[in-house]
Amino acid sequence: MKVIDKKTVVEDPNCVAPNLREDHDKGLELLKYVILGVLFGIVFVKAEIISWFRIQEMFRLQSFHMYGVIGSAIVTGIISIQIIKRFGIKTIHGEKINIPTKEFRKGQIIGGFIFGLGWAITGACPGPLFAQIGSGFTVVGITLISAIAGTWVYGKFADKLPN
Amino acid sequence: MNEFIEWVSQPWPWYVAGPLIGLTVPALLILGNKTFGISSSLRHVCAMCVPAGIPFFTYNWKKEIWNLLFVIGILIGGFVATSYLSNPEIIKISEATQSDLAALGITDYSSLLPVEIFSWQNLFTAKGLVFFVIGGFLVGFGTRYAGGCTSGHAIMGISSLQWPSLVATIFFMIGGFLMTHLLLEPLMKIVGF
Repeated sequence: MKVIDKKTVVEDPNCVAPNLREDHDKGLELLKYVILGVLFGIVFVKAEIISWFRIQEMFRLQSFHMYGVIGSAIVTGIISIQIIKRFGIKTIHGEKINIPTKEFRKGQIIGGFIFGLGWAITGACPGPLFAQIGSGFTVVGITLISAIAGTWVYGKFADKLPN
Repeated sequence: MNEFIEWVSQPWPWYVAGPLIGLTVPALLILGNKTFGISSSLRHVCAMCVPAGIPFFTYNWKKEIWNLLFVIGILIGGFVATSYLSNPEIIKISEATQSDLAALGITDYSSLLPVEIFSWQNLFTAKGLVFFVIGGFLVGFGTRYAGGCTSGHAIMGISSLQWPSLVATIFFMIGGFLMTHLLLEPLMKIVGF
């Protein structure tokens, strides 16, 4: 059985979630992503991952909870991807599954560090921002707008920053 | 049914939540050859609303609409979980963290987020400037500069055994530790906590 060659697709270094489906999802087909997002958002709230308190606990090394969540998510992801590769599992549309290769750049160090500073202030990475808003903390909408502005400023000066 | 609702209404332990989050990786791959990543949605919003001729935002964002629908789903999921499945008790945070945060003036555990910080009254104050405006900016700028966030790098990247994602994740943590242990306290003092 042919294993998926992960070098087949070299991603746009600035886009970690590229759409590698050959044909576009249309209409109701897109609904599955909303449903997946809803389930994901429920887990975020139920496991208190969106809690500013939980992020403080994590960075103060005073609870195993967040490390357990992220660690077991990674282990599950590793096993899943290995199964997909070993058995040559295809998408429900019969396409070969592509996993883009991430190229090393300085941005992963500098940008990663900057994001870490922000993560400890807001108590949220981008996913939980959306779930916090949905949970009724509408003021986090301001944080989200500011995060979009930060993304835009990065895009504007991307070619002038060390990378 | 009532028992089920009661059961899901408790906070979920890490060994339930973590694997469920991890399963998002194969779910997205198998459902549509999509790579798990959330911070990209912020870029797509820029591309959709204010591309301003910047090459970084000039691409066919319509092809990436799934990512925006996914994050809208997360927002709806947050609403559903809080409205229908929420845990009635106050959040149980470790005592060590509680005493550390009390020293910073944070003592209200009635919600998942401290209301002392996350309220509209703080918006046009120094508190709001630090926690919403600057905090959000660092998250958006940093994740895009790093090429991903906790989902794209820590979970998707490490799951597919890519060392640059491990490097990024280590630096997320270094930034977080530095902010929490060295900068947060003086910053909170300055803005009036």
